Amino acid sequence: MSEPVLKVENINVYYGSIHAIKGISFEVYEGEIVTLIGANGAGKSTTLNTISGLLHHTTGSISFMGESLDKIPPHKIVERGLAQVPEGRRVFAQMTVHENLEMGAYTQNDDAIHEDIEKVYALFPRLKERYRQLAGTLSGGEQQMLAMGRALMSRPKLLMLDEPSMGLAPILVEQIFDIISELHRTGATILLVEQNAQMALSIASRGYVLETGRIVTTGTGKELLSSEEVRKAYLGG
Amino acid sequence: MTFLNFFISGISLGSIYAIIALGYTMVYGIAKMLNFAHGDVIMVGAYVCFYAVSRYNLNPFLGVIIAMFLCTVLGILVERFAYKPLRQAPSLAVLITAIGMSYFLQNTALLLWSSNPKVFPSIIGRGSFKLFDGNLSVSHITVLTISVCIVIMIVLSLFIGKTKLGKAMRACSEDKGAAQLMGINVNATISMTFAIGSGLAAIAGALLCSAYPTLMPTTGALPGIKAFTAAVFGGIGSIPGAFLGGLMLGVIEIFAKAYISSQLSDAVVFAVLIIVLLVKPAGLLGKSIQEKV
Repeated sequence: MSEPVLKVENINVYYGSIHAIKGISFEVYEGEIVTLIGANGAGKSTTLNTISGLLHHTTGSISFMGESLDKIPPHKIVERGLAQVPEGRRVFAQMTVHENLEMGAYTQNDDAIHEDIEKVYALFPRLKERYRQLAGTLSGGEQQMLAMGRALMSRPKLLMLDEPSMGLAPILVEQIFDIISELHRTGATILLVEQNAQMALSIASRGYVLETGRIVTTGTGKELLSSEEVRKAYLGG
Repeated sequence: MTFLNFFISGISLGSIYAIIALGYTMVYGIAKMLNFAHGDVIMVGAYVCFYAVSRYNLNPFLGVIIAMFLCTVLGILVERFAYKPLRQAPSLAVLITAIGMSYFLQNTALLLWSSNPKVFPSIIGRGSFKLFDGNLSVSHITVLTISVCIVIMIVLSLFIGKTKLGKAMRACSEDKGAAQLMGINVNATISMTFAIGSGLAAIAGALLCSAYPTLMPTTGALPGIKAFTAAVFGGIGSIPGAFLGGLMLGVIEIFAKAYISSQLSDAVVFAVLIIVLLVKPAGLLGKSIQEKV
């Protein structure tokens, strides 16, 4: 295979004295949806936050498009084409939907920003209806759409999604996953962190199972879905 | 007519408080800290302006611009060396550092410029406009102060509301982590906020000392505290709140001086603050923040 878009090699992350990530390695190749699944506290979000530079790894290395991300501040990492939709959406509640999208395009400086906003509105028509509304007044599902649209505004080469289904009604979860699949079909490369292992594995090219800071199993989405161990631990038998 | 006179002086004093309060409220909004050294930046601005005009005979407006420039640099340096290393520290440590920085600036001023009061030259002379057959007299500096405050308010609102950098400031004030994920350089944004606040403090210093011409190293301390009060009064973190709080504080102070007692005026001001905070704990225009779990 060609050079991976993202290559994480043996990273260790500590929160003070707590060893949260214990030597994780994985890759994401162009056009893939790769998912990290695992229980609460397994280190999924920590891994994403480390890749985006919000947290720091003490050893190991992370490279993106063949270049090292070690010691690069988060805002520079975004400039290189890595976008993260954070856990809990974290839209700017006191800013309008439109302004949130503009903030997503903070690293972009050309006239195509307006086209990008229109593309996001085409993908999420609900946002267009509410473009002047403060983001804090949106429903949970709409906020998730906004958080995703906002991340797309930076024209990412890799989109990282942290628990996009969290706290959403089942019908909305399906909608969100439809959109993720749609993005994938149009060529996006996606790293997806999910507690909803069933949904995540059903759309993923490959998956990694995390347990207390370690990768315990890996395989294609199908393999993991049918694996006895994974079924027992994460899919309710 | 005397009532109107008092009212106009109140608005004028309040305009100065408002300009200072903007610095407090912006820094609080972005860095979530109370920069108690802000009042002393006013004093530094006034001294720079004083020396530029009295010693070097520069045009007063050029003096103000030099003061703005130097205070902006001072604000950035204070943030860089005193506060930035404490970004992850508990807020109490930052607060104590800010108080320490306030004394540091005052004592440095004492060393450099001595404790002898300087008579500040008014930046536009001591003339006044006479209205209603001379019954109402409004000094030029009053008119200038109020106009400058309005201009600053409009420009700042447009900057925060419409420009990319202004929106980035709002994003940082809401959620620094998410702002970083947008590609916003949070450290640079905090630095810029200190720069803007300190530049405004220099203007406030020149206006304050033009209206009340005694300049000492402690000149900035009390107006600084009052402007902080004004910021809390209006709702800390809110820019229109700083404006409204500043104006109201100025008017209340002057009325208290005129109609109650000039000794008690500060007590009246703080009594009003306490009442407002009892009724509206977040201040007049402040948003009550619900901590989400």
